[in-house]
Amino acid sequence: MIYSVLVEVSLRPGIADPEGATIERALPALGFTGVSDVRAGKAFRFSIEAANEDEAVRHAQGLADRLLSNPVIEHSVVRVEDAR
Amino acid sequence: MTTRVGVVVFPGSNCEYDAALAVESLGATSTFVWHSTTHISDVDAIILPGGFAHGDYLRPGAIARFSPVMEAVAAFAADGGPVLGICNGFQVLTEAGLLPGALQKNRGLTFLCEPTTVVVSSTRSVLTRGASVGQELSVPINHFSGAYTCDDATHDMLVARDQIVLRYRDNPNGSRDDIAGVSNEAGNVVGLMPHPERATSALLGSEDGRVLLAGFLGVPALA
Repeated sequence: MIYSVLVEVSLRPGIADPEGATIERALPALGFTGVSDVRAGKAFRFSIEAANEDEAVRHAQGLADRLLSNPVIEHSVVRVEDAR
Repeated sequence: MTTRVGVVVFPGSNCEYDAALAVESLGATSTFVWHSTTHISDVDAIILPGGFAHGDYLRPGAIARFSPVMEAVAAFAADGGPVLGICNGFQVLTEAGLLPGALQKNRGLTFLCEPTTVVVSSTRSVLTRGASVGQELSVPINHFSGAYTCDDATHDMLVARDQIVLRYRDNPNGSRDDIAGVSNEAGNVVGLMPHPERATSALLGSEDGRVLLAGFLGVPALA
């Protein structure tokens, strides 16, 4: 099976996020009020061959931890979106 | 004996000639080591220079840490060999796990290119062994992701083991505890965001980098 995977990488709670803070400060000027806790991150999409969904998630999490994120300051969430 | 320095070159490095010229001005010889090299021999010290290794894609240093040469750098460091990462080289060393912590985007989200004053915090490292604690040095910075970051436990360890090598006098980028450079526990691997190789001649505005690089090379600063 080929699984479509989405990996979201964001800064760990407690790690300063100047990008998120800057976006949050810009929102009121555009008329968007009541928005808080803005955190910026990155998203990666790819397809991965695996025997089943568990294996797809395990492989994706492995590469997310090893390459896509720096575990010192970031964490990553893996989601399988589709299978074919 | 002349110190032989290997300067590692990644695709996208851009300070390798500056680093080579700086160490040669202190009497050392230098040789470029391409990132796909798997063995490093006949060098007494290794420098990972500044630049944008592999385009800084993903994160600065994230792809460079998997370049074949990094296993040889790690082995050289494990044997006690002096290793210096400057700017992007510092980012590569943290990504590779050879130095603790990480470098994040600057607090103000601006690329900073300016002279800074750094204060020597420890003389235990190969970079600062020729300097004195409290000594102020004018060394320029040139980076976007230079805010040193680590968790509380790592920071406690850095302080306890005297691994904070240099601090900014006036923190330009939001680095934790004003940290400009750190070493590993043994002191033979050092990384810093400022560029000592760009402060080796009065023509460049400062000669204060010489005391750092001379210490790293194990030669007198006035050589």
